[in-house]
Formats: sequence, structure tokens, C-alpha cells
Amino acid sequence: MRKIVIELSSVGKKFIMGFTGLFLCLFLVVHLGGNFLLLRHDNGAAFNAYSHFMETSWIIRIIEFVLLGVFVIHIVMAFILAKENRSARPIPYAVNKASENSSWFSRYMEITGGIIFIFLCVHLYNFLISQRFFHDYPSMYAAVKTIFHNPWYCAFYVICLVWVGLHLIHGFQSSFQSFGFRHPVFFPWIQRAGLLFVILIFSGFIFIPIYLYFAKSSTAVETSYFGQVSRIRDSHLKMVHKNVKIFSGSKGKS
Amino acid sequence: MELNSHIPEGKLEEKWSSHKAGLKLVNPANKRKFEIIVIGTGLAGASAAASLGELGYQVKSFCFQDSPRRAHSIAAQGGINAAKNYRNDGDSVYRLFYDTIKGGDFRAREANVYRLAELSVAIIDQAVAQGVPFAREYSGLLDNRSFGGTQVSRTFYARGQTGQQLLLGAISSMCRQITLGNVQVFPFHEMLDIVLIDGRAKGIVARNLITGEIKSYAAHAVILASGGYGNIFYLSTNAKGSNATAIWRAYKKGAFFANPCFTQIHPTCIPVSSHNQSKLTLMSEGLRNDGRVWIPKNKNDNRSPEQIPETDRDYFLENRYPAFGNLVPRDVASRAIKQVCDEGRGVRGKMAVYLDLSDAINRLGKEVISERYGNLFEMYERITGESPYRTPMRIYPAIHYCMGGLWVDYNLMTTIPGLFALGECNFSDHGANRLGASALMQGLADGYFIIPYTISNYLAELGTEKKNVYHPNFREAENKVKEQVRKFLSTKGNRTVDDFHKELGKVLWDGVGMSRSEQSLKDAIDKIKGLREEFLKNVKVNGIDESLNQSLEKAGRVSDFLELAELLAMDALARDESCGCHFRIEHQTEEHEPKRNDEKFSHVAVWEYQGSDNPPKMHKEVLKFERIHLAARSYK
Amino acid sequence: MKFSLKIWRQKNAQDKGSFVNYEVFGISEEMSFLEMLDVLNEDLTLKGEDPVAFAHDCREGICGTCGLFINGRAHGPLRETTTCQLFMRHFKDGEALTIEPWRAKAFPVIKDLVVDRSAFDRILQAGGFVSVNVGSAPEANSILIPKKDADHAFDAATCIGCGACVATCKNASAVLFVSAKVSHLALMPQGKPERQVRVLNMVKAMDNEGFGNCTNTGACEIECPKGITLASIARLRREYCKAKLKP
Repeated sequence: MRKIVIELSSVGKKFIMGFTGLFLCLFLVVHLGGNFLLLRHDNGAAFNAYSHFMETSWIIRIIEFVLLGVFVIHIVMAFILAKENRSARPIPYAVNKASENSSWFSRYMEITGGIIFIFLCVHLYNFLISQRFFHDYPSMYAAVKTIFHNPWYCAFYVICLVWVGLHLIHGFQSSFQSFGFRHPVFFPWIQRAGLLFVILIFSGFIFIPIYLYFAKSSTAVETSYFGQVSRIRDSHLKMVHKNVKIFSGSKGKS
Repeated sequence: MELNSHIPEGKLEEKWSSHKAGLKLVNPANKRKFEIIVIGTGLAGASAAASLGELGYQVKSFCFQDSPRRAHSIAAQGGINAAKNYRNDGDSVYRLFYDTIKGGDFRAREANVYRLAELSVAIIDQAVAQGVPFAREYSGLLDNRSFGGTQVSRTFYARGQTGQQLLLGAISSMCRQITLGNVQVFPFHEMLDIVLIDGRAKGIVARNLITGEIKSYAAHAVILASGGYGNIFYLSTNAKGSNATAIWRAYKKGAFFANPCFTQIHPTCIPVSSHNQSKLTLMSEGLRNDGRVWIPKNKNDNRSPEQIPETDRDYFLENRYPAFGNLVPRDVASRAIKQVCDEGRGVRGKMAVYLDLSDAINRLGKEVISERYGNLFEMYERITGESPYRTPMRIYPAIHYCMGGLWVDYNLMTTIPGLFALGECNFSDHGANRLGASALMQGLADGYFIIPYTISNYLAELGTEKKNVYHPNFREAENKVKEQVRKFLSTKGNRTVDDFHKELGKVLWDGVGMSRSEQSLKDAIDKIKGLREEFLKNVKVNGIDESLNQSLEKAGRVSDFLELAELLAMDALARDESCGCHFRIEHQTEEHEPKRNDEKFSHVAVWEYQGSDNPPKMHKEVLKFERIHLAARSYK
Repeated sequence: MKFSLKIWRQKNAQDKGSFVNYEVFGISEEMSFLEMLDVLNEDLTLKGEDPVAFAHDCREGICGTCGLFINGRAHGPLRETTTCQLFMRHFKDGEALTIEPWRAKAFPVIKDLVVDRSAFDRILQAGGFVSVNVGSAPEANSILIPKKDADHAFDAATCIGCGACVATCKNASAVLFVSAKVSHLALMPQGKPERQVRVLNMVKAMDNEGFGNCTNTGACEIECPKGITLASIARLRREYCKAKLKP
């Protein structure tokens, strides 16, 4: 592995970054599609069915591993690139007006990426890991609603998504540039499409928690699909809230 | 010593081919055993290093710049001539030859110039094969433009950056040879002496400009391609680093110096604007294709140029030289401009005239003009703050090129066996005035197509004797160089090197500039002598020898300029006629055109160094014109 | 005009170096930036101090020798302008100017503001050429090149190798320089036979020199004095992928 990384050229590394990045963009689209099921007025029936499928299907399991691999490659490669890039200029400039020649989100991909990584950990712990390894929520829908009922978590979620957006504004078009796809006519359209993509993904993702937060939440929980309200209330919700507390630093009610 | 130019017998058209047929060759296995040092990496030096490397010689290439690709050939703008006759406008090898001889005011060797014209064709082929992006027509064929002193369109160009593209082409060939191990480059190295063993050039002493180390390099032959000495005038279009040190130190070791007074003034440069100006910037002669030179008819016309109507303008070049108009040769245009400015008719009473492209912009559109000259216009605007698209450029002549240089024979060998001189640093092809777009042609012809043949002849005769860097002559030269460095650092006077250089430049511009007289030359010689003495006693160079020390580098160069300046003035004094760039006010027609004296001065003035205490000795190489008639040069 | 200068002084490659403040007076608008430094150096010399070393040669924007990081910008604040073509009229009287050398591991400082850019030469030597010997060239007009291709090739070939792209890139990446060379030859039919081995070798040489990786910020394109664009970087990557995928 080490050998492969060393032998990769700078162009190759960028190609891998671009490729994995675009793959992750695709993942975001699928993820958002699933999340939209939360908006259906069916008390979470569709969403729970969807999450049940995600949990049990072996195809999804395989895809998950691929996704994990892609994430790991993207992140490890980012670390390698960042390290190399930092060592390429051991002495920084005393005065550097970088804002005159480049956008700051293009310069701070490591930072935005780092924040996204933290978000990812929290997000995975709250949902995927909690669900799969600790709790086995009877209603994922209810769990989601409960989590987003916490204003601090909502705020945390929205702020993190801003960073995802900033990461993508540069990342999306940059990956095409990394593949060498730059055409005087088409490339501006890619840039526009990238911006549109970011706006859609961003507004899609933040719309859901905001909607859930303002929607009447308690009824939804009480009439959830499996009707096992008490179980959730009693034990798991506490866990979920505790998690939320840890990561949002709030004093959410339990 | 007898000068023998080794010009082959026979018909002009056959001289080069019959000469080549008679040259000795070195067999491929032996070529590896020969080492050749090349000084300079401009067009001549890079092309020589590349072509000799291709043949299998071991080449060591030296340049003072941080990279070979920065040599000043890179700044050539307009183009390169070649007798391709792609335009069907009557061009031919003979016509290029004739234009060049006539442009040089009949002070160049017929045989050399004919060979140059012959080879011009192959240069374009070579450059195109290397990937030089010359301007093209929509058909995909090569485009041409016109240059001064000709009535045909034979100049190939790459926008206003032809020199850059040709140099990068030559450097790329050299890079290939570096990778193949045939050429080794020494950037940041300045040659400070040439070493002779038994009368033959056998190596050099160079200073590593970063560490200050002075070291000897032995070889079987040495090629100088170190460019011209235009910087002697301080303000010139040359790069700040361009210098005469290599050729001057070769001269002091026995290489003869030819026609030092032939220094070209380029008519279209941006005028001097400030007291601390460090260099002058050329606006390509190509602009005269589409531009018209004029001044207001009325001396005291203070209107801005756009407001001056056609009737109040004096297109003095077109009026004086109706046949060639704005495209008269450089010396003619420069003198005409100087003359109107001396009469007080310059723009706004100053030393400048207008070069106006508005007619061409109206005729062809801004886009076409911007395609042809865009980069020049931008450069002009950056320097002056005025846009040539809106207002005419202001121009004035400036020192640009040196036709004079080390004397070489037909084989481009100097009077020191084994020491060759290529490109601007030799004297061979341009006579008393060089035509535009011919310098690139000469540099590349010398490097690609002449030296590979003639050097093999020398090396074959030499035999594969071992080079010997331990010879005492190397130690002696090293010590001399070290002593000079020590002297500069220990003088601790009151004046900076640049201060001396500026004063020298002024003395030369006033006394040995565009027009010269017996009196001005004698005055200049006196002043130069005084300045040189003061320099030795009063120069101030700080810092140390063991690191990069730009003042120390300059001190060496300026001390050589101070010596060369005197020779330049002496040569100008000895040439008691006017020809080409050399305008002695005593010798002019009623219309202020230069008046040659073919009876007495149809020769190359060749100077031999006689030691620092004796005046140099002048030899004459009489120019024999077998093919063309000497005639008064007329562009009317 | 007068200026307060804060200039990086460093005796040699081993020295740690530091900023030193200077004041220059009597500067006129017509003077170039380097002429302003000449004035400073004349002054320093007369005071018996070591003048500031800075790289320069042609002073007409084509040799690529000069290169200073002025107030946080490579070659100063103007677009498509080398340091030597920067004139004092572009600055305000009394302005404070911070002058630094190019900063990159691959461009070690030699002295003061002069850096060693030989890494560029080694990249060129790795493949920036067409393998044609003198004498073997075909007739020039036998190679037809569409005007558009020739123009694009020329646009890439105008690179002067000053290193501003490396200097300004937050990662000190040299890919704009390399891509200009690769693009120039890839666009010309003469360069096509060797295009694959050329791009592979040049990228390899670039990576060996310790430059950073491109992150497509586009800063190089803005600061390049010759207007080389990101399109040439994209071309380099296409060329590279094609070369890698070619059996």
C-alpha cells in the first residue's frame, strides 16, 4: 500500500482525489433521496421501510464497504497531499495576499474537509453506529425526529452542512479539472452545474431537519409505525440524547 | 601575424559546399574523446552546444545566468529572415545576400554573407521541426512579415517573441543532449579568462558566481558565443548582465578584435524618461511594417498627437525615402530621427518622434493589430502609462547591437587556434549595419550549420591528445583572476561601479554615439582614459568573494568595458569615412547621408592587443567584392 | 516619492535570514521597481553595506530572471506583469513594501532575494524537447499546422519560467510551468510522437523536485505574468492519463 502511494504521481493522486470525491457526491445524492422520505406524511412508514432495507440488504452491505473504502482513500490521500503540500513550503511568507488570486474555500479544503470528518463521525455515531451496534431502534423515523428536535443538534447539523457545501463548491468542479476535463464551452457549465449541485444538496439536507424541527414532533413519535413508543422513551432516547449532548455541548432535556 | 580569412576559391554559390567537402572529419568513435567548451547559451551558444552534442562531442556549456534559457537572445522580438520565397515576391538567396551586404554598407565579407543567406532556409526547417510555434496562415502554412532594408516579405515570426521561441527551441535541443549525457551545463558561471597552451586555446578559468570559487576547465577547443558589448553604453536594449568580458579577455590573450566601432543604434526604442533609468526597451522594427513615423510640421505644436491633422504632420521618413519609406534600414532611420530631434523638431520639444499605428488600426482593425503587436503594445503601456491603441507611441533611437566583435576566418575561428566565436560576438556578417531579423539568423546559422563542420576540421588536425588541466598556464590564469577579484574588493573607494558605468555610457553616447567627429572621438578617448584610472583607484565594491556578489560581477565587467571603450573610440577615429552605423560628420553628402570612402576604407579594421602599456596594432583585412558592385547605398 | 521597504536579507543558503527595514527617497513615478531597488543599492554601497541581491537581467519582461514577492503578491499587484515591468506609478507615495524571495522547498534561497530555480531546468531536461537532430528536419511548410493550434501552442510556449506559479501556489506546485511545456509540444504535430513519454517523464521529474501538489485553486493562473491558463494544466492531466492508459 505504502509503495503504491509513493509510486503514485502528483497527477495520479489528484485523479484519485477527484474520483473518490465525485463518488462521494453521488453518495450524497442517494443519501438525500433517502432523507426525503422523512417528509412523507405517512408517519415514517416509508422512511422506516427504507432504513430497514438499508440495514438488512446484503447489496447495501457491499456498497457500504465500497463507500467506506472510498471515504478512507479520500481521507488518507487528503492527509498525504496535505503533508506533502505543507512540506513544499517550509518557510511561509510574512505577507501573503492569497485572497487576491484565489477563493478561500479553494485554499482551505483540508480545513473544510477536517470539519466534515468530525461531522461525519458524530453523524455516523448518532445514526448508523447507534442503530446497528447498540440500540436497534424500532423506528428510525422516530429516532431521527427526536434527535432533530434538539435545537443545538439542528444548529450543529446545519453549520456542518455549510462546510460540506463549501468543500463541494471547490471540490466538484476541481475534480473535473483533475481529470483534465476543461473545455472552453463546457467547463463553465460544469462550474455552474457544480454550484447548482451544491445549492440543491445543501438546501435539501438542511430543509429536512428544519422542517422536522418546526413540524409538530411529539405526535409523530407517539404514533410511530411500530407503536413501541415506550421502549424508545424509556431507554434508547436517553442514549440518543446523551450523544447529542456530548457533541453539541448542549443541555438537552432527556 | 598574417590574417588569413580562408575564404575558399571558386564561384560564390559554390564556396561553402566546396569548402565543406574539403573539411576533415572526426570519426564517430573519436568524437567522444573531444571536449568542447561553449561560453554563452543564447541562440549561437545553445545551438552550437546542441548540434555538437548531437554529433557526440563532450560539451561543457557555461552561462552567467541562473538558467541557460535566460540568455538575451530571448528578448529578440521581430523575427528571423530566410530566403524561402514563400510569398512569390521575388526573394531568393541572392537577394537576401545582396540586401544584407547593401544593408551593411558594403563592409562585410561576400562569402560569409552568401553562406548565411544560403543557410537561412535550413534554419526555418530546423526550428519548425523543433516545435517553434511560428505565426501561421489559416491554411496552416507559415506567415511572413517585412522588415527594414528589404522590399520583400521574408521575415518569419512568432508574434513579438520570435527570439524567445527560437531560443527555447535551441535550448530544448540542448536539454535533450544534457539528458543524453553529451552536454553538461554550468549556470551561474562566468568565464574570466581563456587559457592557451602552446598557442592554442585549451580551456578557460571561470568563477562560480554563487560560491565565488575560481576554477579551471580544460578542453580541446573553446567556442565563445557570449553576445555583444552594447552595454558598454550603459543604457542599451541589452540585458543588464550582457557583457564583453569573455571576448575582451580573449582579445587580451591574442584574439584580434574587428571593427569595434560598428555599434548599431536601433531607431524605435522607448525614450529615456528618468535619471535613474537602467535600461532601454526596444519596440520591434516589425512595427514599422504598419506604423508611420512622423513629427508635427510646426516645431511649437503643443497639441496632443490625435488632434494634429494630417496636413500638419511631417512623415519625414516617407518624404525623404519614398521607395522604402518607414522601412529604411536602422542606421538610416536612427539618423533621420536624431536629425529632426537635434533641430528641435522632436515631439513636445523633446528627444522623441511619433510612431503611429492608427492608420493600420483603422485599416485592419484593432484585432489584427493586437494579434501582430499585442505584447509590444502592452509593454509600451506598462512602461509609459500610455496606450498605443489610443495615442501614437513616442520613440527614440538606442544602442541595440554590435556588428563588431572578434575577428574570425571563414571557419569562424579567431586568430587563436582552437578559439571560435559565434553569433553577435564575432564580426563576420553584418558589415557596418545589421538588417532587422538577421541576428537570429546569424546566431543559428553559426551554431547549427557552420561550427559542426569547421570545428571537426580543427579537431581532426589536432588529434586526440589528452587535455591537461594541471598545466601551469591554468594556475597562472587562475591567479591573475583571483588577484583582480582581490583588487576590486580591497580598493574601497568612493564611487560605485554603476556610477562609473553611467559616466562611461554618457561619454560614449556623446562622443562615439550616433554621430562622431574627430574632435568628439579624441575627447572621448581622453575622458575614457581618465575614467579608467579613476576606476582602478576609486571603485567601491562591498561584500565578500565567497558568495553571490553582484557588485563584484559588475566591477569585472565594467573594468573590461572601460578598456574596450578606448579601442572602440580609436577604431572610430581611424575609420575616417562614414559607413552604415558609423557616421563621421566630416563625411556626409549634402543631404546628410553618409559618404563612404571605398578606396581607403573597404577593409575590416582588425586590432591586435599589444599589452597594457602599448597602443594596439591595427591590421587590415581588405574586402574583395567579386560579385557585386560597390555603390552608394540609396533607399530613396 | 518615498517608500518604506521591508526586505528579506539572508547571507547564503545556510543563513537563517531576517527582515531588514530600509527607507528610499527621491523615487520618481517613471522608475521601475527594480530601478527603485538600484537606488537603494547605490545608497547601501556608499554606506559601506552589502547591497541587496536580487535576480534580474533583461528588464523587459521576457527572460524570467526577476521575481519578487511584493506585498504578498508574486511579481507585485499588477496582472500579467513581471517584477521588472512594474513601475513606481503603480504604488502610492509613502507606501510600505514588504519584499520577499520566492518561497518553496524546491527553490532554496541563494542570497537575499535570489533563489535557485534549477529544478525547472531539470524538469525541462527530462522531456521538454522534440528529438530532432540538426540536418534531419523536413521542409518547413511540409508540416501544416492549423492557425488555431499554432496560436494555442504559442500561448503555452510563452512561459518564461520565472517561477511565479510556484511562488504563489499555496502548495508550491510547479504544475502550471510543466503543463505549459507539455501543452506547447502536445499541440504541435512535431511534438506528437513523443507526447506520452514526455509527459510521464516531466511529471516524474517534477514530483522528484519536492514541489507540492496542485489543488486547483487557480492562483497560478492569476499571477502568471504570461497568462498561462488552467486549461494547460487540464491538458497535462489528459495527456498523462492517456499516456498511462496506453498499453
